[in-house]
Amino acid sequence: MRIKSSLENYILVLPALLIFSVFYIIPFIWVFQLSLFDWDGILPVKTFVALANFKEILFQDSSWWQAMRNAGYITLVALTFQNALAFLLALACDRQIRMKNFYRVVFFIPPILSEIVVGMVWRFIINDVDGANIINRFFYGIGMPQLAHNWLTDPDIALTTVAIVHSWKGFGWGFLIFLAGLQTIPRELYEAARVDGANAWGCFKKITFPSMVPVIVLVAILTILGTMQAFALILGLVGGEFAGHTSVPVLRILSVMRDSSRFGYACAQGLSFGVILVVISFIQYRLSKRYRQR
Amino acid sequence: MLKLKFHFFVFGTFFMLSIFSGCMPSHGAGKPTVTVWHWMTDRDPALKELAKRYEAKTGIKINFELYAPSDAYSQKVRAAAQGASLPDIFGILGEKRDFASFIKAGFVLELTGYMGENSGEWENVFFSKALAVNGFNDGNTYGVKPGIYGVPIDIMTIQMLYNKSLFKKLGLNPDKPPKDFTEFLGMAKKIKAAGLQGLVSGWGEIWMIDCLAGNYAFNIMGPDKVIATIKGEVPYTDPDWIKVLSLFKDMQESGLLVSGIVTMVNKTAEQIFANEKAVFAFNGSWCVNVYKGMNPELKYAVFLPPKASDNYPMVIRGGAGSSFMVNARSSKKEEAVKFLRWLTDDDQQAYLAEATNNLPANKNSISRVPEILASFAKSMDCATHPNIWGVRESAPVIEVFGKGIQSIIIGKKSPEQVAAETQRMKERELARKRK
Amino acid sequence: MKSLIYYKTKKITLDLLTHLFLFSIAVTCLYPLLWMVASSFKTQETIFSDISLIPKKFHFENYYFALSESDFGRYLLNSVFYTVAVVIAIVIIASMAAYAFSRLRFPGRNIIFAVFIAAMMIPIPGSFVALFVLLNKLHLRDTPLGYILCMINVGLSMSIFLLKTFFDTMPRELEDAARIDGCSKIGIWRHVALPLAKPVLAVVVVLNALNVWNEYVLALVIFDNKNLMPLQRALMIFQGEFLTNYPLLMAGLTVTALPIIIVYLLMQKYIVKGVTSGALFG
Repeated sequence: MRIKSSLENYILVLPALLIFSVFYIIPFIWVFQLSLFDWDGILPVKTFVALANFKEILFQDSSWWQAMRNAGYITLVALTFQNALAFLLALACDRQIRMKNFYRVVFFIPPILSEIVVGMVWRFIINDVDGANIINRFFYGIGMPQLAHNWLTDPDIALTTVAIVHSWKGFGWGFLIFLAGLQTIPRELYEAARVDGANAWGCFKKITFPSMVPVIVLVAILTILGTMQAFALILGLVGGEFAGHTSVPVLRILSVMRDSSRFGYACAQGLSFGVILVVISFIQYRLSKRYRQR
Repeated sequence: MLKLKFHFFVFGTFFMLSIFSGCMPSHGAGKPTVTVWHWMTDRDPALKELAKRYEAKTGIKINFELYAPSDAYSQKVRAAAQGASLPDIFGILGEKRDFASFIKAGFVLELTGYMGENSGEWENVFFSKALAVNGFNDGNTYGVKPGIYGVPIDIMTIQMLYNKSLFKKLGLNPDKPPKDFTEFLGMAKKIKAAGLQGLVSGWGEIWMIDCLAGNYAFNIMGPDKVIATIKGEVPYTDPDWIKVLSLFKDMQESGLLVSGIVTMVNKTAEQIFANEKAVFAFNGSWCVNVYKGMNPELKYAVFLPPKASDNYPMVIRGGAGSSFMVNARSSKKEEAVKFLRWLTDDDQQAYLAEATNNLPANKNSISRVPEILASFAKSMDCATHPNIWGVRESAPVIEVFGKGIQSIIIGKKSPEQVAAETQRMKERELARKRK
Repeated sequence: MKSLIYYKTKKITLDLLTHLFLFSIAVTCLYPLLWMVASSFKTQETIFSDISLIPKKFHFENYYFALSESDFGRYLLNSVFYTVAVVIAIVIIASMAAYAFSRLRFPGRNIIFAVFIAAMMIPIPGSFVALFVLLNKLHLRDTPLGYILCMINVGLSMSIFLLKTFFDTMPRELEDAARIDGCSKIGIWRHVALPLAKPVLAVVVVLNALNVWNEYVLALVIFDNKNLMPLQRALMIFQGEFLTNYPLLMAGLTVTALPIIIVYLLMQKYIVKGVTSGALFG
């Protein structure tokens, strides 16, 4: 009986483990090995350079760190703007019983659309050169020309534009999860609070927010992981790295692989990126645990 | 009961899978088939038509498989090389360094012998510049045995274009494009006054900028000095290089460049020129097909980039457009070579040129292509290509240089700054190579 | 004492503002979709010049061309097959593993789970080449099974993470009851955990369906045989090397987006229904 029980444990995990070890671990080991070499991806000859690649990334590759900073910026915008928007929309939808289903479907359309479409359409809407630039025309129309900018071609604001479009595409997920979380809060709590004389803000502070903390943490982790790895949207919007101003880590890795044939170096970049993400998630996890224990 | 359902799912899926994998059309065991992997979506129908003709003539089936876009195609070829499953004929996109690596790894068949047969019968059919890109010279720095390793099936050049109708509108002579740089800049005011844009090009792509910068570099300081710089003997902070960089600053300040030019991919630039919103464009000969599709009424012509100096002749980027290589490990290499030979023959090249509006690599077919296309080919004599210089600047340096020019255009850096940055990166790369 | 009218006005204005807010965001969400559909009815020349959402002339033939273009139907079927296979497989495999990680004790449990999570965060550049060589060795390269296994792996980590988070908050009473009734662990997974997990499973389904449906590069690298290619390949055909046929591309993209929207519509019922029974976050 005991043996059968332990066996069952392993049977449950086995398929996942098998597939994972074959299709992830093995390529991972291969990439890890490669990051220690200088290889062009074609020749059967590789030169062992040990940690030289990593050293170069850490201390000499300024374009890599610019890409990381950019990704960090986009992620910050996502964590604040995108998730705040998602949260507010979820709150609003939670109250409104009418049309709730309509909004639930509509808000999830951006994540569904392929990144090509999103890039193309937004480029069309906000680009002054090859698009209709509907936004700027709108500003001119309502008599506020100073608000019109070159959203995608001005190097100072291009990254922010990308971040906003990215948030537009991403808030649907957060909205869904927040809404789900909000709906699990029992209505009786609110009624009881109202009987006790609490107003809307008090309800929010004492009931809504504390219950939502684990959800917020979950969404935050997922947002960071997802946004840091974003790249396809940027390709569609700006066409590339825009002299580094809209460069992000994954784009950097891809362009290194393609333009300089330094496969080993690209692998090292990928690994460093992964390590940074793991560290960030770990810190977040620890912080959230401490907050919950309070 | 539920366990049964679960098992049903699992077995059902695997059952379907095995059926599916069983239903693979097996390649005919009788007729020999030559498989070609290519990335040229626009030419797929024309190539398949030629394959049919070849089969009718010789009985050998040619299987063209399309894998697009070109980035994904490169990945596929690399992966196939690693897995030792390259097809009989394929293309190597990218730089000469990669080409060299493929050759050294034993994936590419040497074609020098075939080309030289009958006192160079095959070899002489091509524009020399087209073949040069596919060959390696004595004493090349890539360590490859000298010889010819690829077959060009078309050529391309990158030049300046101007819109004849807009010229007329601006009161300029439509048969006289600007001859020198000062004249070029001078036109900017007129263009702006008419509410049009000046020069459009896909300068979101670094290689495009590099192209024009390289042209002017040759014009200002001559090929020897450029090559010397790549070898590390001349610094990028040399006044001649600063002159090259300043040209871009001048273009921007005179208002000649389209706004947002550094975020444009070439496709967008083509759209703008086709919509007659820009007077000038810097683009390659493939654009003939593109413009025809976007605006068949467009009246335009080519001209060399207006020279900035009288010291040396102006050059343009030109050479082989697309080339095919034969897999050295293929069991059908003889057939593959024979097919490529047929493909680059006069009739087939003329057909391709007409069907796809690309310049043929076979110089005898030039007379059979439309006029605008032929005008691209006329300047083949002034053409050059990094792949024939014998040395190649390292990618990080090109990137800093190109991005630097982008920064100059958007006004963030000065030519001197960019030159200094490029030189710093160059020194780092030289040091790395010396180790 | 504030009057009734005050409260009523306050409620109405609040409602109005809320609606305005929701509606304006909804418009920005719908606009690109509508533009995509509208563009699919335009022609190559007018697609950028005519900016209205309602084209002056409806070119329905674009859909005909797009769909009849070389094997569109086969690619569609392939995509459906891969998506269904991968989603079913992930639902089963990930939920089994997540349940084990959450509820069962066995040596190495935490470490293995940590490795799964780490995998979610470390992207492997150039994994295409590694997978190619791997599949080659396993003789699975140009086969549907090989591709499906790779895609299962792609979505595995995230799915396990989501499901485990859910299982952690699941009330134990139901499990205990089942165990007392003599149910085996696999039985508990089958009869108790899975049904309760419907909302999270719905999220997992949508997530993985999207991933597989939109995937392209891995398919291109692994498959030589055109007949095995997924839908995205058909779309790439419209994007020529130098010239993109936009209206056809838009038609193709619209057709591509529809099934996923349908999947989402079907699944979102479960996400909210299950949620109101308090099962999602405890």
